Amino acid sequence: MTALRELSEVPGVAGDEGKVREIIRQQMQEHADEIRVDALGNLLVIRRGSPDLPRLMVAAHMDEVGLMVSHIDKSGCLRFKKVGGIDDRVLPSTAVRVGCKQVPGAIGSKPVHQQKPGEQNKVIESDKMYIDIGASGKEEAERSVSPGDYVHFATEFEEMGDGRLKGKAFDDRAGCAQLIELLRSDVEVPLYAAFTVQEEVGLRGAQVAAWEIEPDLALVLEGTTCADVPEVEDHGQSTALGEGPALGLMDRTSFAHPGMLRGLIRAAEENSIPYQFRRSTAGGNDAGPISLSRGGVPAATVSTPCRYIHSPVSVMKKSDFENGLRLLSAFLQDIERGFRP
Amino acid sequence: MSELLETVTGRDFLREICTAAGVSGAEDSLGDLVEKRFAPFIDDARRDVMGNVIMRRRGSGADPPILMLAAHMDEIGLVVTEVDKRGFLRFAPIGGVDPRNLLAGEVEVLGEENLPGVIGVKPPHLISPDERTRAIKMEDMYIDVGLDEESARAKVQVGDPVAFRRETFALAGDRLAGKAMDDRAGVAALYAAAQKLASLRLEADVYFVATVQEEVGLRGAVTSTYDIMPDAGIAVDVTMASAPGIPSSIDAEIGKGPALTQGANIHPRMHRRLREISERERIPHQQEIEPGHSGTDAWSMQVTQSGVPTAVVSIPLRYMHTTVEMLSESDITNSGVLMAYFAASIDRGFLEGFYDSST
Repeated sequence: MTALRELSEVPGVAGDEGKVREIIRQQMQEHADEIRVDALGNLLVIRRGSPDLPRLMVAAHMDEVGLMVSHIDKSGCLRFKKVGGIDDRVLPSTAVRVGCKQVPGAIGSKPVHQQKPGEQNKVIESDKMYIDIGASGKEEAERSVSPGDYVHFATEFEEMGDGRLKGKAFDDRAGCAQLIELLRSDVEVPLYAAFTVQEEVGLRGAQVAAWEIEPDLALVLEGTTCADVPEVEDHGQSTALGEGPALGLMDRTSFAHPGMLRGLIRAAEENSIPYQFRRSTAGGNDAGPISLSRGGVPAATVSTPCRYIHSPVSVMKKSDFENGLRLLSAFLQDIERGFRP
Repeated sequence: MSELLETVTGRDFLREICTAAGVSGAEDSLGDLVEKRFAPFIDDARRDVMGNVIMRRRGSGADPPILMLAAHMDEIGLVVTEVDKRGFLRFAPIGGVDPRNLLAGEVEVLGEENLPGVIGVKPPHLISPDERTRAIKMEDMYIDVGLDEESARAKVQVGDPVAFRRETFALAGDRLAGKAMDDRAGVAALYAAAQKLASLRLEADVYFVATVQEEVGLRGAVTSTYDIMPDAGIAVDVTMASAPGIPSSIDAEIGKGPALTQGANIHPRMHRRLREISERERIPHQQEIEPGHSGTDAWSMQVTQSGVPTAVVSIPLRYMHTTVEMLSESDITNSGVLMAYFAASIDRGFLEGFYDSST
């Protein structure tokens, strides 16, 4: 899990994935036949494998949700815009880091002592919030930050409970870590790994990566919604922690390809690997643009359930991550043995 | 004063006590830490039945006046009210907690062993547009400690206190942010005062008191003041500082020195002495007006037994009762130095003035 620790803590808000890319590129150097970075910043790691087997694209996105500085007030406080889908309600009382120098800052809120009755029933909107870096005025703030700077949550990776992990950006550094493991393993299938950019702002990286790779088949590895928590009815939970990797059925951008889905289910059942279906159709992922690339690509998604994604702190279970990897290996072996969707 | 005892810098002391857990009513281990760090600068220490840490530095006077300097060491937090069927913990607040600051926050459940936990939140993908505009009530929130029901029940009891988690972090200039600055900043100011007093001539007996249960009703100050029965007392606590979105009536600013409070809770002679000493020693200071309840331990202190002349030294603080309470380190040091000089200035003559009708 050391790879995931490093990947979780490094900043990589959508549009600013360079630091994540460098970590992965260095780790992949000796495991690849070819490494490319395209115009958008996607990192393509290629293992050519056997020419008789179908070319498999496996994608995981490097970017995470975050904020961007939009304006510096006279007081030296920073106004910001959200990058990707963030619930305003998770932002007050948060520690953040600003810009490439990772300047520490805080999103505070009005003290309870100053509030009017009923104020706590009102949601504070993000355009009323600001980041305080402790600067005494605009001039001092401008010495270390500027509008356009990306902002990420300052969250430490940590193990907790029974085999669970806590950290930021498991969506989708969990997928990145799985893809790294897959590239290190012994496979014959031509493996075209795409560590994509800008997923959180509209699945932008995967679209061009898929065009470039021209795959026969595609898998997307995700850290997905999991709401097996109080106040959420069973049918609204999407996935549950500890029940294995989640197979997507449909979301706002694609249906899982029926043949690919059947193949994944068969691989799981024949190898007694626990799995579940993602029981929500909300959101979209890189499988959308990949499946529509060129004349169309059979694609499916294998996800690690992560509680509290798109907030400063998410929680996942190691066993789901590991069972996801087992499922991927089994599926790839089936392709080597002749499985076609 | 023993040379063998370890001393730490003011900043290290502040970081150490802010990161430690000490929710109101559960300040014991924090009290041990405070007592250990103050040891090089005091003559004796004791704990009272409430858990107040009462530390004395003896003066040289034959019949020394008694001065009490108090800061509360407790912090706001939560308490476990239920362990549910899937191991999630329900909770209630201890002290003034705005539920809107809690979502996706990190906590530490203080049971048999301390467990890290997270206050959960639904992902935005699964939230309806209507839901987004509603603030979530505390009773609908839960703590996730990553355990199933059986393991959670084995490790967590209803009634276990829960502390917020946040490492103190440095910002621009000498500014710092973190949890529990309210009022560990005050405890750090006492530490700075104790350090400074080591080099000053002192007539009075000075009691440094780290009080408990301030956040739930200024309770520790009630028993500790009764016990010490000082001739004069100062509470050092944080005060609201100006920040964007805060009413302009709040005009204390971080980094501009301790705010010297004026109002019914402050004896005019005490205030005047503090102001004179600030000017004499060129300690930056500001004025704060609080006609009624000062919201500090001085409110309890003032009406102990037959009454105590009190003052309030305030450290300006932004984002009070969040996990990113922000202040300027110089305000802590200046508050400490001011209290040290004040203590060194106290003699019998000063005390007699309190009962002079011409004050």
